[in-house]
Amino acid sequence: MLGQILGTAFVAVMGTAVPVLAQKAAGPPNDTCLACHGDADAKSGTGKSVAVDAKKFAQSVHGGLGLDCVACHTDLAETTEFPHAEKLARVTCATCHDQASAAFDTSIHAQARRQTPGSVAPTCVDCHTTHEIRSAKDPESRTYPLNLPDTCGRCHGDPSIIQQGGIRAGNVANLYRDSIHGKAISRSGLLVAANCTSCHGGHEIRPKADAQSRVHRANVPSTCGACHAGIKTQYDAGVHGQALAKGDGRAPVCADCHTAHQIQRSDIGSWQLDVIRECGTCHADKIKTYRDTFHGQVTSLGFVRVATCSSCHGAHAVHPRTDPRSTVSDARLLETCRQCHVSATSGFIRYDPHADKNDRARNPVLFYSSRFMTWLLAGTFGFFGLHALLWLPRGVIARRQKRSSESSPDAGPDQTSG
Amino acid sequence: MPQSDPVYLRRFDAFDRVLHGLLMVSFLGLAATGLPLLFNDEAWARRLSRVLGGFEVAGWLHRVSALLLIAVFLMHLGRLARRLIRQRDFGLLWGPRSMVPQPRDLRDLVGHLRWFVGRGPRPRFDRYTYWEKFDYWAVFWGMAIIGGSGLLLWFPEFFARFVPGWAFNVALLVHGEEALLAVGFIFTIHFFNGHLRPEKFPMDPVIFTGRVTEAEMREERPDEYARLRRDASLDALRVDPPPEWLVRLGRGIAAVAVSIGLTLVGLILYAVLT
Repeated sequence: MLGQILGTAFVAVMGTAVPVLAQKAAGPPNDTCLACHGDADAKSGTGKSVAVDAKKFAQSVHGGLGLDCVACHTDLAETTEFPHAEKLARVTCATCHDQASAAFDTSIHAQARRQTPGSVAPTCVDCHTTHEIRSAKDPESRTYPLNLPDTCGRCHGDPSIIQQGGIRAGNVANLYRDSIHGKAISRSGLLVAANCTSCHGGHEIRPKADAQSRVHRANVPSTCGACHAGIKTQYDAGVHGQALAKGDGRAPVCADCHTAHQIQRSDIGSWQLDVIRECGTCHADKIKTYRDTFHGQVTSLGFVRVATCSSCHGAHAVHPRTDPRSTVSDARLLETCRQCHVSATSGFIRYDPHADKNDRARNPVLFYSSRFMTWLLAGTFGFFGLHALLWLPRGVIARRQKRSSESSPDAGPDQTSG
Repeated sequence: MPQSDPVYLRRFDAFDRVLHGLLMVSFLGLAATGLPLLFNDEAWARRLSRVLGGFEVAGWLHRVSALLLIAVFLMHLGRLARRLIRQRDFGLLWGPRSMVPQPRDLRDLVGHLRWFVGRGPRPRFDRYTYWEKFDYWAVFWGMAIIGGSGLLLWFPEFFARFVPGWAFNVALLVHGEEALLAVGFIFTIHFFNGHLRPEKFPMDPVIFTGRVTEAEMREERPDEYARLRRDASLDALRVDPPPEWLVRLGRGIAAVAVSIGLTLVGLILYAVLT
């Protein structure tokens, strides 16, 4: 009875489902159906199980509402002859759930089903089940936040479905499982951790090429920002967020550095090294000069105890140097260097962390030092290389002459001359 | 005559041999721990830096080796100072026993080159040849350039109080380039001139045993031999033949050093050519 009251309240919230209750009177009662389908061994003529677990249905959200079987299996509402016809009409969830259904129709799943007959793409029941549908707030539900990754992973973690469905992102369930979000769900049991639907939406999962998709490039910061609000504020104010807002398609979004599904803790070394490379995909000249510095050499070898791009420039609030908010602006550079070089002075920060030995205007002393060293090396190796090359044949001749002159008096090998 | 036991003469005393040994250890240590940084995008560099215990440990070994090299350098300078000031041995500054380049060295160089191409006799070298002097002064130059820039890079916060910021840019550049010069030179030219050239191949043990045979000196450094004979100081230099263990030790050390050196040169060439 309590369930019934709660169910009614739930239906009231889900406004669109209310008409169902009005149909309650028509058709055979559930007990009639369960007389056959309640048998766990119930099979259709083709041998397919048609059993319905009465207990589980009663616990389901529809059972809790006291819905009749024929509320969904509407074509049986008028039936009086049993057993009924073998082939039934497909259950239309949209009858009640019109909003969710409309949202689903825009999704990549619905698109795939429309485009490809026999598509492996899911319908309502693949995620929600049939007779055992539970509320997303029910820990037993397939759509409960902690269960969602496994629900989506039924397809997105199955290599054969990924192949059949031509899912370009690959085995994202595997990637997600090892991510910081995946671990927050599976290990820490955090309801607030991002699960699949947090980013992709539940019913309206659109392809990322779709400008309305939550994971479309331009929308990624807002999607991540739904939880990471503080970071989004920084990002929006920064040079990258500004560029994105102006419609610059090259501007990096969250997923470019953090990836989409493999998001790591930001203190993981291998990820920090990947981010340097990511910055370098646009800032090619800057990564080149960075690699000429001790910082760049050490990180290139695979160690991260030294400065990476974000150590100096910031990660999300990246501003141009001329902006006083920038961590590398004249006003803030000393403070930035002092994060590591505690006793850095105003002289120390005159060091050029992106010096270019080939840029005479920017780094004149470095330019001439580089030229001098090149000539010194070329001169030294050139001269002594030639010296050795000339010496080699003459040395062979000298050694032979010495041997023959030493061995000729007694005509035997001389062991002392080696 | 060849059947009689050879007479051995002392060329390097124990102090210089030990210093050279320590120099080898520190130089190989510096090269092995520094080169990965210079060739950081090579797979071998990443592996080597891991084998050496990561950049923290490698950096520590690099600094320890540097301190050893500085100590060797100071010990050598101290010895020179003592010989000059206490013993008033001014022959160190000029003349046949001096390392200071002299007109004779230029003549020897030209004569040697002429001999290479069969246009003259072999120069009658004295105690130190021009290429040995070059090696010797190269260490001074290297100590100033690499040592100076290395200290700057070791204590940047401190030195930044006295030198402009661009000095650190220059320091890192010349530290690496000069190191490449030193490593390349020692592991190819010095190895060739000292050991691998046909007259000495596979090695000249003199730096480990400190001794040469009288016949060798007469042939290799006839002017030195003649001078010592004239001064009647040959007998004072006579020493026992090198003990077998010392010869073996020298061979072992040389084999290890040459192997490491040539391996590093091979890796450098691989990095530069690919």
